[in-house]
Amino acid sequence: MAKNEPKPIEALTYEEAFDELETIVAALESGERPLEESINLFERGQALNKRCTELLEKAELKVQALVGDSLAEFKEEQ
Amino acid sequence: MEQLALFDASPRWTVTNLTRHLRQLLEDDPDLQGIWVEGEISNLSRPSSGHIYFTLKDSGASLRCVMWKTEAVRLRFAIQEGIAIEAHGSLGIYEVSGQYQLYVDSLRPMGEGTLYQEFLRLKALLEAEGLFDADRKRPIPASPRRIGIVTSPTGAALRDMLNTLRRRMPLVEVILAPTPVQGEEAPPAIVTALQTINRVVSPDVILLARGGGSIEDLWAFNDERVVHAIRKSQAPVITGVGHETDFTLADFAADLRAPTPTAAAELATAETVNDLQQTLVMIEQVLVGRLGTLFERLRNLLEGSQSGLRFYSPLRRVQSERQHLDDLSRRGNASQVHHLELLAVNLKGFENRLTALSPISVLQRGYAVVTKDKRVVASKSQVQEGDALCVRLQDGEFGARVIEVG
Repeated sequence: MAKNEPKPIEALTYEEAFDELETIVAALESGERPLEESINLFERGQALNKRCTELLEKAELKVQALVGDSLAEFKEEQ
Repeated sequence: MEQLALFDASPRWTVTNLTRHLRQLLEDDPDLQGIWVEGEISNLSRPSSGHIYFTLKDSGASLRCVMWKTEAVRLRFAIQEGIAIEAHGSLGIYEVSGQYQLYVDSLRPMGEGTLYQEFLRLKALLEAEGLFDADRKRPIPASPRRIGIVTSPTGAALRDMLNTLRRRMPLVEVILAPTPVQGEEAPPAIVTALQTINRVVSPDVILLARGGGSIEDLWAFNDERVVHAIRKSQAPVITGVGHETDFTLADFAADLRAPTPTAAAELATAETVNDLQQTLVMIEQVLVGRLGTLFERLRNLLEGSQSGLRFYSPLRRVQSERQHLDDLSRRGNASQVHHLELLAVNLKGFENRLTALSPISVLQRGYAVVTKDKRVVASKSQVQEGDALCVRLQDGEFGARVIEVG
């Protein structure tokens, strides 16, 4: 992930968003950053946290089945 | 002959004594005590006493059998007229009718015993090969992203596992490798499914499962080929075969044995969506905490620079040296004054922005912080009707109760 040009938040997967969030928390905890950068990090952190929460709320289990060596959508019997 | 009969030395018995003697003979013979007898059930009778009476037959003979109520209640299967069984018990005599009979303490369907012997033989063999060694067990990842499932696509086991995963961790990706799980074709099909799923999708963990059934139904999971395939799997394998009490060789070979398919899905998702939500709430608190510290740093810096400005900036000179200012103004050189004013406005803006970010100022705008048991409530999923909450406003807090969760 390019540090200077972060992906738009709404394009991130849960893992990507959470990994970046953890990096930001670690960076903020070190407390060594210039103030302006810290505030930017804080704002991005807030947005990432919101993104993660939303992704958790609307997550749906994705089920696929192997057909030979390839994957196909699996329809569950209800 | 009559004379002889009167004076010979032949032993004399009462019927009771003779019967007791015979009973003793039978009961003292270790070959007739604690034995298995195989045959077909006939003349089955289950009176209200709860005891079971039947005759065990084969082509050449029959044997009266009785099973007392205390043992009969432990029967694991339905006994019926005509089925082939193996009865375990001891031979004795019912003196009143002079009837010798087998006092049965347990019954099993014919063949189960042979299967069990085979199970023990294979288990010892594979154990000796080290396939069940504890140090071969791989750890199960706490938060797998991709879970492989090897089971029948139509069974209740799959439905149970998917429902469990959906409830606990809907973020995971599930890949099913469908396979028959009973019958002759099952073992090689299970082996292929395990190989294919490892090769094609490299899952983080694999669930190998089947719903409950008889020992014959579960037999594919005692197959040597299946045991080897589990050990050769790149991903760790969790088995969930049958019910709590069923142990198969696949269970012994697995990295982790779950008592049921549902339990296997639970063990594969140690970290649930709930845990993730709590982590996010915690991170939110950390972030806001860091912001507080930042705010503090900025305030100190601002105060520092403001006093610096006051003491060392041209503004102080401007204020104290009115004369000089007048001179400057008179000379129309207002640009320096303007610059200083601009600087002050910038500082004010910076401070306002900081204040806006502070949690306290958010409260001043009329927002509230709601907590339950000292934890911040960030989602309606955290509260239920009737919960006691604490609502914090800018000037203090008060208690509240949840009336309705929309």
